[in-house]
Amino acid sequence: MEPSDHLFRRESGRMVSALTRIFGVHNLALAEDVVQDAFCRALEVWRLRGMPENPAAWLMATAKNRALDVLRRERTARTFAPELSRYLQSEWTLAPAVEELFTESAIQDDLLRMMFSCCHPRLSEEAQVALILQILCGFGVDEIAAAFVSGHAAIERRITRAKKVLAASKKLFDVTAGKAFVARLPTVQRALYLLFNEGYHGASPETSVRADLCHEAIRLAKLLLQHPLGRTPATSALAALMCFDAARLTTRVDASGNLSSLFDQDRSQWDPQLIAEGERFLDLSATGPQLTAYHVEAAIAWVHATADTPEKTNWEQIVSLYDMLLKIRPSPVVALNRAIAIGQQEGPARGREEIYALSDRDRLAKYLFYFAALGEFELRSGRYARAQDEFRRALELARNAMEHRFLEGRITACERAAALTSVSAVADK
Amino acid sequence: MSEYVFLYRGGENGHSSPERAQQTMQKWMTWLTDLAQKGHIKDQGQPLEPTGKLVRGSKKTVTDGPFAEAKDVIGGYTLIQARDLDQAVELSKGCPIFETEGAVEVRPVMKLNM
Repeated sequence: MEPSDHLFRRESGRMVSALTRIFGVHNLALAEDVVQDAFCRALEVWRLRGMPENPAAWLMATAKNRALDVLRRERTARTFAPELSRYLQSEWTLAPAVEELFTESAIQDDLLRMMFSCCHPRLSEEAQVALILQILCGFGVDEIAAAFVSGHAAIERRITRAKKVLAASKKLFDVTAGKAFVARLPTVQRALYLLFNEGYHGASPETSVRADLCHEAIRLAKLLLQHPLGRTPATSALAALMCFDAARLTTRVDASGNLSSLFDQDRSQWDPQLIAEGERFLDLSATGPQLTAYHVEAAIAWVHATADTPEKTNWEQIVSLYDMLLKIRPSPVVALNRAIAIGQQEGPARGREEIYALSDRDRLAKYLFYFAALGEFELRSGRYARAQDEFRRALELARNAMEHRFLEGRITACERAAALTSVSAVADK
Repeated sequence: MSEYVFLYRGGENGHSSPERAQQTMQKWMTWLTDLAQKGHIKDQGQPLEPTGKLVRGSKKTVTDGPFAEAKDVIGGYTLIQARDLDQAVELSKGCPIFETEGAVEVRPVMKLNM
């Protein structure tokens, strides 16, 4: 029997969350040790005897039994979760209490508790995302470092610091406390949004790493949607946005491993199921008075996802959505995307004009796509030398081999176009 | 065909990520499935607990295991069929244990009728 994709990773998040709930957040390291133990045991037995019928249940039962051992052995030496202590002290209540804490619905709540706890306000957004990846998604330090294109040591420091903050918070976040839940929800949504974007726009050269991040973000957003207080229009909009973008994920790299822009992607390969799922979430998001940036971004992604060709895209609608987004969450990148959409609608000269008119253009000086967009409009205007210059500037900012190849390809396209024009100019004479 | 025992020593890397652990396990299953399909598995063997007791001497003194350094502890065994020791050794080289700094001890099962 083949284990399903990323079984260990997924179960790692579930086991750590359940065990931390029992041991208390100050014993997070102990919970992680028990999980590590469970994996070692699985490896020792399964490698020779094969996988059991239900490997997830096997792992969880192993973790539960280890938890019982630890609770019995150390109940005088350690304090565990304070709110559970009266159940854990006596042998009469210990086993039934632990049994109860390992039921499926209890674990679902534990995952949410952990998600909210990882988004501690004292942690930076990067630290929150790294913590979610490690604790909830079961990523190793090396895998997180690969996702962020960062060194092992730097990520390890970031996570160690973050865990100290988490362990010092005394108690896991209480997901039944309505007011606190509502107050922290935007931070959690933001962390999931950043997790998704790291996968979608991130610098990692590994396509598989990036797809993993996107799918983890979707999984966690769906988990959030299962909680009555988490199921807000903004969460639905966020989930919709993720689905629409993820539907295009596999076509962003073509068969020969090269980056493919929105204009060149094989749209027949876009995932219709994810688009349909996104549309369901988009419907759910259309309630209540609040229009969030997630709503607008989801709407933009929906317009792209449902356009048959780049030319048939409703660019006018996209421009007006970007206008809206600029009001809700202004940023130079949003302004650039609006300018690009205008260029699509009204021609390359107008696009160029709009980009040059951006008020905080200097803040895009390190943004590869700024130069790439200018290059594209210059190329389409037939100003090949200028186009080449812009693509060269973009090339200097390339973060991985794929971006490198893509931009080199654009430079070659400029050279070819220039050569063709001079040939036809000679022919005209 | 003769019989050989593969004794797996060490190689449990306790600090790999869940993904890495899953990949390691998949490699083991692929390797053993392949050996089985080629008719080399006499008995797929058993995993062994890393701890136990050691009973020793005329006084039958009982001490706690483990009896060796963690890297040398035998974690399990498989009974293999091979043409000769050379072939058994060749077969052992596909074992994923080497990726996690473990070892395979290849021991011929003694033949009774010489």
